[in-house]
Amino acid sequence: MSGRPTTTPDQAADQTEARQGPLRGPAEYLPEPMSYEAITSEVMNPLLMTRVGRIWWISLLVSLALTVMMVVSILWLFANGIGVWGLNQSNIWGFAIANYVWWIGIGNAGTLISSMLLLTRQRWRASVNRFAEAMTLFAAAIAGLYPILHLGRPWFFYWLMPYPNTMGVWPQWRSPLVWDFFAIASYLIFSLLFWYTGLIPDLATARDRAAPGLRRALYGFMSFGWTGSASDWLRLESFYKTAAAMAVPLVFSVHSVVGLDFAAGLAPGWAETIFPPYFVIGAAYSGFAMVVTLAIPIRWAFNLQGLVTRSHLNVMGKMLLFLSLIMTISYATEWFMAWYAGSEAERDLVLFKFFGAYAPYYWLMLACNCVIPLALWLPVVRRTPKLILGVALAINLGMWLERILITTTTPSHGHLPSSWQIYTPTIWDWTLWFGTLGFFTLLFLIFVRLVPFISLHEVKQFDWQRRRG
Amino acid sequence: MSGHHLLAGFAEPEKLIAAIEKAREAGFYDLEAYSPFAIEGVAEAIGHRPTRIRLVMAVAGAIGAACGFGLQAWSAIIAYPINSGGRPLFSWPAFMLVTFELTILFAVVAGFVAFILRSGLTQLHQPLFAAPNFHRASHDLFFLRVTVDGDANAARDLLQGLSPIVIDEVPA
Repeated sequence: MSGRPTTTPDQAADQTEARQGPLRGPAEYLPEPMSYEAITSEVMNPLLMTRVGRIWWISLLVSLALTVMMVVSILWLFANGIGVWGLNQSNIWGFAIANYVWWIGIGNAGTLISSMLLLTRQRWRASVNRFAEAMTLFAAAIAGLYPILHLGRPWFFYWLMPYPNTMGVWPQWRSPLVWDFFAIASYLIFSLLFWYTGLIPDLATARDRAAPGLRRALYGFMSFGWTGSASDWLRLESFYKTAAAMAVPLVFSVHSVVGLDFAAGLAPGWAETIFPPYFVIGAAYSGFAMVVTLAIPIRWAFNLQGLVTRSHLNVMGKMLLFLSLIMTISYATEWFMAWYAGSEAERDLVLFKFFGAYAPYYWLMLACNCVIPLALWLPVVRRTPKLILGVALAINLGMWLERILITTTTPSHGHLPSSWQIYTPTIWDWTLWFGTLGFFTLLFLIFVRLVPFISLHEVKQFDWQRRRG
Repeated sequence: MSGHHLLAGFAEPEKLIAAIEKAREAGFYDLEAYSPFAIEGVAEAIGHRPTRIRLVMAVAGAIGAACGFGLQAWSAIIAYPINSGGRPLFSWPAFMLVTFELTILFAVVAGFVAFILRSGLTQLHQPLFAAPNFHRASHDLFFLRVTVDGDANAARDLLQGLSPIVIDEVPA
């Protein structure tokens, strides 16, 4: 990006703090009172006017190449069946289900963050909720792909749906896999409507600011003729807040069901009552880490240090630290219960985790999820973009390893020693996995060029309330 | 919206609220405000009734719950009974999850549809868009719309006295 000012907003904030002492209250999240013009142009100019930099194009090409790789992996899978993956007699889930759990975890956090912060009146959410929700949508959509691909006969996936058919067959309602279908489908539709409702007024701003032509017509269509009348705002706020209140239990239900997919499995390491809350916390944890991972490049690329401040990073860092501690307690609870319950298979499985075939990954996971995040106790780590980004990337890796290990450890070391088999991913496991990462990035790159990635109307409202005191 | 309309744009929400009160005192009742963000108290000042969107959502949620539970119970007991290890066919605790998901889904879809329809968001173009400065209603100005039935000058004088940034006429 060209035209970078000589002092960055981060440096300006440092100077202000040096003069007046640390910022407190709303001033932390919006250091300078900004005019409406400044807020609008901060978000709209990169969207409408400036030519995108080379970095965006390179990222687009790379993610496009990875997306092509994803498509090829899927076609290869369709042509040859799920034998192309490293699945075997014991490990029937493998990467596909582990990656599904990981993606849906990331998909859970956006809506959770957005709605929880709205309900607790944390107005600073205005700077992060839009792209956190977009992250949710993309991640949940990708997550939904994996179980379908894993079906073996994916063209029959619609059999999960209850509909009158000539076979006279109905779904087995006692199966967590059917619950999964309903949870994910409801959640995707919910997230889309929730995200779009908040977006309509900002699309109207884009419509009113775009030069006449295709873009204005597009934004005009997308904003549904929004005028911003008092009665429309009344309805929007009423619907939005009610939906937010419903989002919290919905998010909890979605990942609880994912946990139940495992817990209903009656295998050592899976049949644990802790699983639903443990999965919800894991989802919030990896999702928060992903929000930080996305927020830092965005604030850098679009010069948004005045809207996504280091205080935002600071509070998100505290949240990550808190969730990391709960994760550690959850792991410890698993170990303790395995010992306390007295089952040979459970105890043996814990030893297998620490010293068996997957041990290096298990130790790496513990380092990434439990040890490295302890650096967030230090304020300097939470407030330095590069450092907190490093921690967030470690958590992303750690949580991914956790999903892989949950899915592979138990089948590899179950009740029956004769069926102990190790899972070894094949090249197609990896290409599909990296392909979906590329696809996610591609969707995100298009998103930041297409819609306002910061909630303009909420930032303006926050700014006005702040000035009013 | 009928007749002839005047739009006055103010720089700040406080001025808009003051203007609404003045206009109501002067006897103008068909008022509407347009703003770049939701402002607490504006709808009340104009005299809008509280929205019933939550009622719509609650009713739709209840319908969703009934449909979800009914579908599961019917198909598990009557249409396609599966004897799974001798467990009761009417295993209602297992049905609660899908019931819950459908409650939320119905409520949110109904709320969204109600919001779109009641706010007239199926009409992509509004007559207001023809007013020269109305594009700033989504940016930095807070508009008050006054319907003029009789004396156009009286309405214009009233608005002039409230020190707006702009006054626009909405072309008929």
